[in-house]
Amino acid sequence: MARPEIVDVAVIGGGPAGLAAAAEAKGAGASRVIMLERDDRVGGILNQQVHDGFGTKVFKEALTGPEYAAIYEDRVNEREVETWLKTTVTNLTPDRLITVRNDKGIQTIEAGSVILATGCRERTRGAIGTAGTRPAGVYTAGAVQNYMNVRNLAVGRKVVILGSGDIGLIMARRLTLEGADVVCVAEILPQPSGIAGNLVRCLEDFGIPLYLSTTVSEIHGKERVTGVTLASVGAKMGEVKGTRRFVECDTLLLSVGLIPETELVVGVGASMSPATNGAIVDDSFRTSIPGIFSCGNVLQVHDVVDYATLESEKTGIAAAIWAMTGKLPEPVINMKAGAGLRYVLPATISGEDAVDFTMRPWKEEHDKSVVFKSGGEVLRRLKMPHMEPAGMIRVRVGKGRFNRVVDNQITAEIEE
Amino acid sequence: MSEKYDVAVIGGGVVGSAIARELSRYTLKVAVIERAADVARGTSGKNSGVVHTGINVPHGSVKAKYNVAGARMFEEYCADLDVPFKRVGKVIVALTEAEVPDLAGLKARGEANGVPDLEIIDRATLKKMEPNIEGAGALNVPTAAIACPYSLTIALAESATASGVDFKLNSPVVGIAGTEGAFEIETPDETISAGLIVNSAGLNSDKIARMTGVNRWRIWPCRGEYIILDKRVGGLINSMVYPVPPKGGAGLGIHITPTTDGNILLGPSADYTNDGDDVRTTAKIRRQLLSEASEFLPGLTPRDVITAYSGMRPKLVPSKVGGFGDFVIEEVPEAPGVMQLVGIESPGLTAAPAIAEKVSDWVRERISTEANPGFQKKWSSVHRTREDTLSIVDSLIAEDPDYGEIVCRCEMVTKREIVDAINNKLDATSLNAIKYRSRATMGRCQGGFCGPRIVDLLLENGKSPESITLNGGDSWLFLGTTEDLRTERKAQRASQKSGATSSAKKVGAK
Repeated sequence: MARPEIVDVAVIGGGPAGLAAAAEAKGAGASRVIMLERDDRVGGILNQQVHDGFGTKVFKEALTGPEYAAIYEDRVNEREVETWLKTTVTNLTPDRLITVRNDKGIQTIEAGSVILATGCRERTRGAIGTAGTRPAGVYTAGAVQNYMNVRNLAVGRKVVILGSGDIGLIMARRLTLEGADVVCVAEILPQPSGIAGNLVRCLEDFGIPLYLSTTVSEIHGKERVTGVTLASVGAKMGEVKGTRRFVECDTLLLSVGLIPETELVVGVGASMSPATNGAIVDDSFRTSIPGIFSCGNVLQVHDVVDYATLESEKTGIAAAIWAMTGKLPEPVINMKAGAGLRYVLPATISGEDAVDFTMRPWKEEHDKSVVFKSGGEVLRRLKMPHMEPAGMIRVRVGKGRFNRVVDNQITAEIEE
Repeated sequence: MSEKYDVAVIGGGVVGSAIARELSRYTLKVAVIERAADVARGTSGKNSGVVHTGINVPHGSVKAKYNVAGARMFEEYCADLDVPFKRVGKVIVALTEAEVPDLAGLKARGEANGVPDLEIIDRATLKKMEPNIEGAGALNVPTAAIACPYSLTIALAESATASGVDFKLNSPVVGIAGTEGAFEIETPDETISAGLIVNSAGLNSDKIARMTGVNRWRIWPCRGEYIILDKRVGGLINSMVYPVPPKGGAGLGIHITPTTDGNILLGPSADYTNDGDDVRTTAKIRRQLLSEASEFLPGLTPRDVITAYSGMRPKLVPSKVGGFGDFVIEEVPEAPGVMQLVGIESPGLTAAPAIAEKVSDWVRERISTEANPGFQKKWSSVHRTREDTLSIVDSLIAEDPDYGEIVCRCEMVTKREIVDAINNKLDATSLNAIKYRSRATMGRCQGGFCGPRIVDLLLENGKSPESITLNGGDSWLFLGTTEDLRTERKAQRASQKSGATSSAKKVGAK
């Protein structure tokens, strides 16, 4: 085996998060930055997202996924980030020794900082426990997006989609445009999981029905899917008796959630958040393991790529500073998610710089405010006309406001 | 009319494949006739993968004889065929003090069947052996082992093929005519002539027996659902954990079994069904498996589940009769020249090597033969780099860079392993044929990431999109290209407009 490569910053994952982090790490002055990607090109899931709508926050224009990825790919190339493609990380130690495997053999990398930007995977049929036979024709939405948009393969004629997440909605439109009949979209929750705009653009405009509080209770067909049984669900997600109905189809698409790919970050022993399923980080995106950072969808599942980019750019800069100086502002203030919020990220902050907090509400809210409080006093209040679990909330709190923090504790909550 | 075989083995499960390999030691012409697109697609592919010691079967039974003999042969068998085998041991756990006295009966039966080293252990010893298991006491069975049942079946079939046996896949037997020395076996594609027949058709062994004129048996399919847990929780147990068997039940009770790949299996349930192919899973059993397993393993959650599947037991005793049904391993007077293997359920996997020897003896009493110089004693289906040390992997990559490209990240399967699986000795071409040879798509993402890359490799190896199936037959994955579908739709609209009565031609797969 070859001698270890010595780098300042190693970025694991070459999707939107990894690209942004690597570019900014190099831009911040790290002399050697390496980006490790398992696929044969960078860009991750953006490569298969041929619809537009990416970049409206960062570039103020709507780009397609590949266009958005190309901007960052050019940037890492210009800044001479070393990109290793078809390279899989097989091990990472707490002292930042990375073992990788590619066509050159087994190699090791000693990194000053490691950024985990490994993204997420789709929840599968097995994970949600859909009963029935196991025929061909049951796909996750992202896999179908790949087959259709990257490989030009048609997966079926008559499709039922389970889950109204954004990928499912976008695939409903895509499949329709490619000549398939999308029979319906079923959503187990009483409200849609995707953002409102996609409901209009992807379902209503094409006359595709959305059935809320409805799930697929059984899959039929021995060799290929012949249909599914839909059923209504009640308050505790239990099936409502007498609501079963058979729907004929040859394809079932699952858009039932994303799970952060945390195997490496868990393996290295970082503290994890049950609310985000990602690592617990401070405002430099440091995990509990020194020198190991995390950003993008492996940290928290984003619904807008722009925010993953912004988060990752900050991470890249922090990781470069840490690799070069061994120093970053120490987090001294603890954050707490209060009434109405499932989580607030980061979990701790230094108070020495402005912070872009990201949050998700438990439920849909109208005309309420997100409030940051410390010791009973309001540090920042922001009026929000509409909040929903499908939409990440992002609020910037300026550095000056942290002067008034009491007992090193800030609570973020939703108020009237 | 195809060539004439000395022996036709009907059924490519572990028993049929073991027989084929055993017969391939000799200069015999052997065909294995399998209805599915690959071997191990029935009972043999979906079971607990346990190499039983013989503790669960009545002393003096046919099951006991072949179980104990097979268990002795198993480890060497797996070593020759490069099949994962681990002697992990088993604890049969009394959940309550009331069940503790039952352990002595189990121990006595095991000892009568010749099972060594049995020991009744108390709560504290159990806790030391299995810190995550709750129980009042247990019977420790240290010689029990696990093996990968589908890998074994595939390796047996492939090594037999390499030694000269013909495997005829996608060939359901629809009729049998003739007598000993001149049987004619009808499949949709061809008629196969053979001097002797071995009926190792598992779930359909009663139907095959009837085709040979024997009406003695009826198979009662009994479905067993499993759920498989993420490797993340694979360390929760060290050995197999069984309950004290339910009295008069159809199985051994819901047990917790480690797999040779580091997952944990929960199951199987026991539900009789009319259709041996009805391998559905149900929400009810899923809940039940999780809840019963958490009696042993507190803290198990639904988030630990990767997927669920069902296997099917070919039982000779209906549910309303219940109790023990023995293996049938005999040639009966109504059908000379046919070895009937009927009701080969658990411990059929363990017994397979011994059954194969028995059938080989039976064949060689009837046909004189010599040693086959081309017999492949050693075989490796697909080399598993995930079990190699880093320095071995490094040298493999130097030989072939495809060993360096990981396609299935969850199970660490390389491009080379997938290409080897695609080019398998049996010419089995489905996605499942690749899955069961390489483990690709078996992990926590269930093929979400590697599925498209495996499809690429299939296309590179000469498959067309519409010919790719999950499991052979009508289990197509793609209609064709997206352009094919748009063309089909255009033609449909045109024909609707012109009022034509004939429906437009459909593309690719049906």
